[in-house]
Amino acid sequence: MTLDELSIGQSAVVTAVGGEGALRRRLLDMGITPKTSVLMRKKAPMGDPVEICLRGYELTLRLEDARKIEIRRAKA
Amino acid sequence: MSLIFALAGNQNCGKTTLFNQLTGSHQHVGNFPGVTVERKEGQIKDHPGNTVVDLPGIYSLSPYTAEEVVTRDFLLRDKPDAIINIVAATNIERNLYLTLQLMELRMPMVLALNMMDEVTKSGGSIDVLALSRELGIDVVPIVASRGEGIHELVDRAIAVAQEKRLPARQDFCTGEVHKAIHAISHIIEDHAREAGVPLRFAATKLVEGDEPMLQTLNIHEGDVEIIRHIVCDMEQALGTDREAALADMRYEYITALVAKTVVKPQATAEQQRSLKIDQVLTHKYFSIPIFLGVMLLIFWLTFSVIGGTLSDWMGVGIERLTTLVENALVAARVSPVLRSLIIDGAFAGVGSVLSFLPIIVVLFFFLSMLEDSGYMARVAFVMDSLLRKIGLSGRSFVPMLIGFGCSVPAVMATRTLPGERDKRMTILLIPFMSCSAKLPIYAVFSAAFFPDYSGLVMMALYIFGIITGILAGLLLKNTVFRGNPVPFVMELPAYRLPGLQSTLLHMWQKAKDFIVRAFTIIFVASIAVWLLQSLDFGFNMVSDGSESMLAAMGRWIAPVFAPLGFGNWQSVAALITGLCAKETVVSTFIQLTGATGTAELAAALPGFFTPLQATSFLVFTLLYMPCVAAMAAVRREMGSGLKALGLMVFQTGIAWIMAFLVYTAGLALGL
Repeated sequence: MTLDELSIGQSAVVTAVGGEGALRRRLLDMGITPKTSVLMRKKAPMGDPVEICLRGYELTLRLEDARKIEIRRAKA
Repeated sequence: MSLIFALAGNQNCGKTTLFNQLTGSHQHVGNFPGVTVERKEGQIKDHPGNTVVDLPGIYSLSPYTAEEVVTRDFLLRDKPDAIINIVAATNIERNLYLTLQLMELRMPMVLALNMMDEVTKSGGSIDVLALSRELGIDVVPIVASRGEGIHELVDRAIAVAQEKRLPARQDFCTGEVHKAIHAISHIIEDHAREAGVPLRFAATKLVEGDEPMLQTLNIHEGDVEIIRHIVCDMEQALGTDREAALADMRYEYITALVAKTVVKPQATAEQQRSLKIDQVLTHKYFSIPIFLGVMLLIFWLTFSVIGGTLSDWMGVGIERLTTLVENALVAARVSPVLRSLIIDGAFAGVGSVLSFLPIIVVLFFFLSMLEDSGYMARVAFVMDSLLRKIGLSGRSFVPMLIGFGCSVPAVMATRTLPGERDKRMTILLIPFMSCSAKLPIYAVFSAAFFPDYSGLVMMALYIFGIITGILAGLLLKNTVFRGNPVPFVMELPAYRLPGLQSTLLHMWQKAKDFIVRAFTIIFVASIAVWLLQSLDFGFNMVSDGSESMLAAMGRWIAPVFAPLGFGNWQSVAALITGLCAKETVVSTFIQLTGATGTAELAAALPGFFTPLQATSFLVFTLLYMPCVAAMAAVRREMGSGLKALGLMVFQTGIAWIMAFLVYTAGLALGL
């Protein structure tokens, strides 16, 4: 599944980062690399973008960009 | 011996606070050459002759954003004596990612570990010695907001720079990435030396597939092919691509390093507090009303309470000074022409803009608070989906909103936006948000033509401006600014109490900037308008406004406005004088109609316009080019007079078209 499908309060582990160019590089630079665990914190009032928590900090990104990040849901 | 230090670090890690601590108020603010990225430098306190340059807040040395590119260029070309890398201890993993890239540059370097107090307070700890040993660079724990550890940081930085001590370690990788970097290092060794680029940095960037680096090194075809093979082998062995491989390598090293040196039981108190605050401030239903409330409060405080009062005082002060000077001029028997030039031209013109200064400064105070507290990032988060449709991100929302107060601080507030494209596009759209100086014009005209609906008319004008702005945004997005926007992948920093020192310093810098940049142009424009208004072509003082050069110009230009319904020279003259400051449109009409005040003017205006023509005039006034003070700000922030000129033409062109459409539609409807 992809990051945009993760529901609020759930955690997952990144398996692959798609996208290209500046966007992809930005995602990687911000620490979204394979094996990183991410927590879906909340959605913005209008449903998009979303706020995630990774590596001990809060990050916001748009759903269309989150769709490019492959994840595996963490076992509870 | 004078040393130059580069201050580098992520956004939201306290870099500006540290810079202020290092330099005090002796700062020089400018731009990096060719781009609109801010460049601040200052002398280090108690160490005169030693300079520190504040580089933009970045997360990586990738070649994609203007901020990253200028940082790279500065470090590679200007070769500072040492890098001071500030790292937020509360967010150490992501912060160290930049550190590793900086270390590849093989320059003397010190790591300033900021916000250590927050880590220890929440029961965490960082083994600073172990961190320093593992990385092979000096690490100094500091608390920038309280000035703790700054002396030691400066001493170490100077020592490291004087000894030219390089990071003891440069290898963070193992396995395939390691092999690739070393293989490429061998091939490009001579090229890197010739180009004056650190070998390790060059090799790593080539593994990443960095185009600019390939060009800098000037490698011939055959070697490029070999490099491609090496990278291909690496990608196949790792089962991933080059960019991900390197990001992964760095983060893997950091994760291991942090596991060894950092004890972090949980999120810090500040981070937990931020989550609680965000339960309200980015709440599904409350967030937008709260945001609008905050902005209303800021506007109210600015225009009615603080800024308004200060403006009034300033106005009184300017008036007194004017009287004083006028009396002195009379006593000195200066000719009436010169007297009028000084009093009615320079003093009146500059004075009217200067009395607006407190409002600008107070707006900047609040903007700075919004930014430093971390709330600005939340506004961007909450509002992003609205602005995305016109090709911008939520980050542009606050600057555009400030435009309803005054375009000058609004345009200046775009400084913090990332990327040239977003910045320029936001600046182009700000003037569509009707600024407060246009209110007196709307008031007089609605009193004259729509006395029963004046509130409604004003509201309609504001909304009309916004709609035109949206249309203009869509137009720009699909034409001039079709390029890639900066990705909206943004940190939401923990909320922090803004430091008063930083806020005041920021405010002072902006005020100084405004005065210095805008003063000359406002002065010149005021004098020019006075000359046009008071003299005829024989350079004789005119007693009747209709004989002035301005009137002649008005008559000459008027036909251009005939299709809009107001082809009279008085309107044109008023629009021209309005360029000094928009509210001048009203005083020019007063002068030209011989009215004694706005009430009399309202009674006289129906002699010039039909209600439809008045509406058309209002639409044009709403949308045409901003005043000279705003233009000065535009020129500064766009970094180019030509682009500012472009905005002038764009804005005025759209104003003409919209007014024409309104007038034509009105005529067709038989109004």
